[in-house]
Amino acid sequence: MSLVGWLFAAALALCALAAIGGLVWPRSWVAGAGTVAAGLAAATAGVASVVGSRWSAWLPDVLPLAGVRLSIDPLAGLFMAVTGGVSVCVAVYGIGYARTPGHRLDSRGVQAAVPLFVGAMVLVPAAASVSTLLLAWELMALTSLLLVLAEHRRRAEVGRAGLWYAVMTHLGFAAILAGLALFAAGAAGESFDQLRAAELPPGLRNAVFVVTLAGFTSKAGIVPLHVWLPRAHPEAPSHVSALMSAAMVNMGCYGIVRVGLDLLGGGPAWWWLVVLAAGALSALYGILQAVVTSDLKRLLAYSTTENMGLVLVGVGAAGFFAASRAPALAGLALTAALLHVVNHAGFKTLLFLAAGSVLRATGARDLDALGGLRARMPHTTVLFAIGALCASALPPGNAFVSEWLLLQSLIRVSPLSGVAGAVTMPLAVAVIALSAGLAVATFVKAFGVGFLARPRGVGAERATESPPSMLAGMGLAAVACLALAVVPALALPAVGSAAAVAFPQTPPGLVSGAVTLALAGVRGVLSPLLIAGSLVVALVAVLGTVRLLAARRARRVARLWDCGAGPMSARMEYTATSFAEPLQRVFDDVLAPETDVDVTPARESAYLVERVAFHARVPDRVERRLYAPLLAAVDGVGRSVRGLANGSVHRYLAYGFYALIGMLVVLAVLR
Amino acid sequence: MITPVQVAVQITVQIVLVVAGAPLLTGMMRQVRARLEGRAGAGVLQPWRDLRKLARKEPITPQGTGWVFRLAPLVAAATVLVVAAVVPLTGTTSPLAGVGDLFAVVALLALGSVALALGGLDTGTAFGGMGASREMTVLALVEPTILMSIFALSVRVGSTNLGAIVTRTAEDPLDVVSPVSLFAAAALAIVTIAETGRIPMDNPATHLELTMIHEAMVLEYAGPDLALIEWASAARLGVLLGLLASLFAPWGIAGVGAGLAAVALAALILVIKVAVLGALLAAGEVFMAKLRLFRVPELLAGSFLMALLAVSASFFLG
Repeated sequence: MSLVGWLFAAALALCALAAIGGLVWPRSWVAGAGTVAAGLAAATAGVASVVGSRWSAWLPDVLPLAGVRLSIDPLAGLFMAVTGGVSVCVAVYGIGYARTPGHRLDSRGVQAAVPLFVGAMVLVPAAASVSTLLLAWELMALTSLLLVLAEHRRRAEVGRAGLWYAVMTHLGFAAILAGLALFAAGAAGESFDQLRAAELPPGLRNAVFVVTLAGFTSKAGIVPLHVWLPRAHPEAPSHVSALMSAAMVNMGCYGIVRVGLDLLGGGPAWWWLVVLAAGALSALYGILQAVVTSDLKRLLAYSTTENMGLVLVGVGAAGFFAASRAPALAGLALTAALLHVVNHAGFKTLLFLAAGSVLRATGARDLDALGGLRARMPHTTVLFAIGALCASALPPGNAFVSEWLLLQSLIRVSPLSGVAGAVTMPLAVAVIALSAGLAVATFVKAFGVGFLARPRGVGAERATESPPSMLAGMGLAAVACLALAVVPALALPAVGSAAAVAFPQTPPGLVSGAVTLALAGVRGVLSPLLIAGSLVVALVAVLGTVRLLAARRARRVARLWDCGAGPMSARMEYTATSFAEPLQRVFDDVLAPETDVDVTPARESAYLVERVAFHARVPDRVERRLYAPLLAAVDGVGRSVRGLANGSVHRYLAYGFYALIGMLVVLAVLR
Repeated sequence: MITPVQVAVQITVQIVLVVAGAPLLTGMMRQVRARLEGRAGAGVLQPWRDLRKLARKEPITPQGTGWVFRLAPLVAAATVLVVAAVVPLTGTTSPLAGVGDLFAVVALLALGSVALALGGLDTGTAFGGMGASREMTVLALVEPTILMSIFALSVRVGSTNLGAIVTRTAEDPLDVVSPVSLFAAAALAIVTIAETGRIPMDNPATHLELTMIHEAMVLEYAGPDLALIEWASAARLGVLLGLLASLFAPWGIAGVGAGLAAVALAALILVIKVAVLGALLAAGEVFMAKLRLFRVPELLAGSFLMALLAVSASFFLG
């Protein structure tokens, strides 16, 4: 067994140990320490496999019939490393977070489920056969479902969110199961090697791709299958939200890359245009919902939809370029997409953990009730600011680097590659640009309204800083984000070798350079380190000049401009809702916001108003238009066939009899 | 080959031009407006006098503001400085070509806006929030136009490198009148107006808080902080006009390995070009009123359409 194998086995064993430890001795540091060690082992295993050592194993006795097949190549290693890294930050954070009074997160169940969830996520990319993958996938779904439901006794919404999540994730599982079963049946074998070697008829290949795509996009939170995300993420405990949003949704992208590009070996251009369109739609829809919502964790969940959409734009572009015989561009686009997965994992971990700290300190997720945390939670404020900078794709943040790479690959489409590319890629660039612009507005809102100015609610007024372990967990994530932002060359070789698994014919060295990123064959360069450095130099220069020139140094505290009307109260501040109002108005047709003005006249006269109530909300339109009618139809069918089941045993026996007869008739006719 | 001395000279020239020239540009534009409106005007040097006066005043910290409020003007000024050093204003090889391309320039300018918006939100007044919200709305809507224009310009060259785009246009002057360039120029001109808060997007001279965008955001700043912000917004206008001049009228720009004399000449020509553009902008403002805030997206949609046409033209007209 190679080093990767040992580390991988150690990671799984440590997860199991931590779970048992959590069951036996439910102290948060027991399971936490175990999960940290497991995360470290998984991250090291991932890095080692990306560097070049592969490992595979067949354990025929572990499972009946199929056995367990495992294999770790650079693509699997990259996702394993991301999961491991996220788990370390989350586990460190969880030690303090689980002790939050009143949340009951240090119960045996939660303590044991976290390491199991981490273990399942480490197992998914390592799976090398259909049955192993499905098993790990289901384990991941079940453990995460348990964790989403952790606080179901405290809030009724948790139960509903859990129901949505359970249904969506199992529908997705059923789609993946059906698709991969079709694939395995056609290939006459279920190990990934057999699937790779199989020669399937085009119709079957299309069916396999489309059905698995539906399953994987439901896990990645892609529109229109995203509805569980903005429900489950806010209701889950925050460190679980971070795990789900930064590590679990990645598995959807992993599945698309693994099945579509690796196992099926690419496909016709339309497959990838569908992926690209789904990604672009999610990016826009996700960020539009994020910019108008005022619930901090819901905002972050929608931002996950946006970022997974951007990743799928990259994956779709990669597949499209490969189909139109541009291997260098395909490699570049996939590298950009995978780098964005890594970067997104970094900043989303940080942001969800910081949101958890805010929730713990204030008891509020609603931005309209927050504010003033800068003075009360100074460290969390700085950490959230770093995360927000990274998430808004501005330099010197890490998402800027991956979006830059993605744009570089998209705008390099050759006009000769056909009309499809010439029409799609400019639109994709426009979508990325608009989503980047809206992401800036979203995170300025989240940080500016949530943390700056004065507190808008009682909870925010009483907030205190989080305990050291929580700060340490967030600090680790922030350091990772900044490192990725300033020296992306740390991650680029790993990402490049992962992309090479899907495109073995890619020329090496597409993106090179330690300080300055140079793209092969073009003059497009970017140096995040130099940008950050020159920003610092310019800041120091400006500060020095101001100090030199300004005649008086002492700062005087003065009243705010209140139009002469006396001191202003916190109710006069701009809120998240009012901040987003112009954008909501601009995108009125897409968002379809609902406003409701309720005027109660006084009893004496209809012209005297006693009370005016105003409600405004922006419902998820996809949910409203697509799911509500669907659920109503299912409900209606259920009601209308209620007459068939009236409780009479004779009737049920007759149904069974007729069904058997009918089956026999069908078989007799068909055979 | 470009030597370190040349790089240093070019950076110094560009930064000095932007630092010293930006307030003069503002002064010149105000003077043009004043003369066209039949006023005497305060003179071209007035912005510099204002800056000097502001710098001598006592720095003020409004109650309840913190490090974000203090840091915002510094970041806004620093981003403009970095952009001034990165873009090719006087020579085709941008002095810090390795740092970033057109995307990076756009993102750095956006970072400056974000810093000021957070400064506005940190005050906790309705005006600060209102300005920040509007500024972010405009920024979000401007972004697609900018990136599409970059796309259109980069198709010919196969690179988003600013130096490469400028060199190509300088070598082939007929490119300037191609549909791609014309559409992209129109789109970027509208974007420049939006990014710098000029009429018809925003009125830099307004005194009515409810119609303000940029001015509402920086309402609480005073003294040296305000001086920095005023300088930064002037420099932003100067850099963007210079960039427009370099992209669409790169005549007289110093080529690779040009001597000091060529750089000096290029600097002189740049000053003239930016002055002409500024005067045109100011003259245009005299005949226009500020748009209602919710009409602004329509104008930006128009500019986006032009950028899209530019991209299509670059693909289908070759």
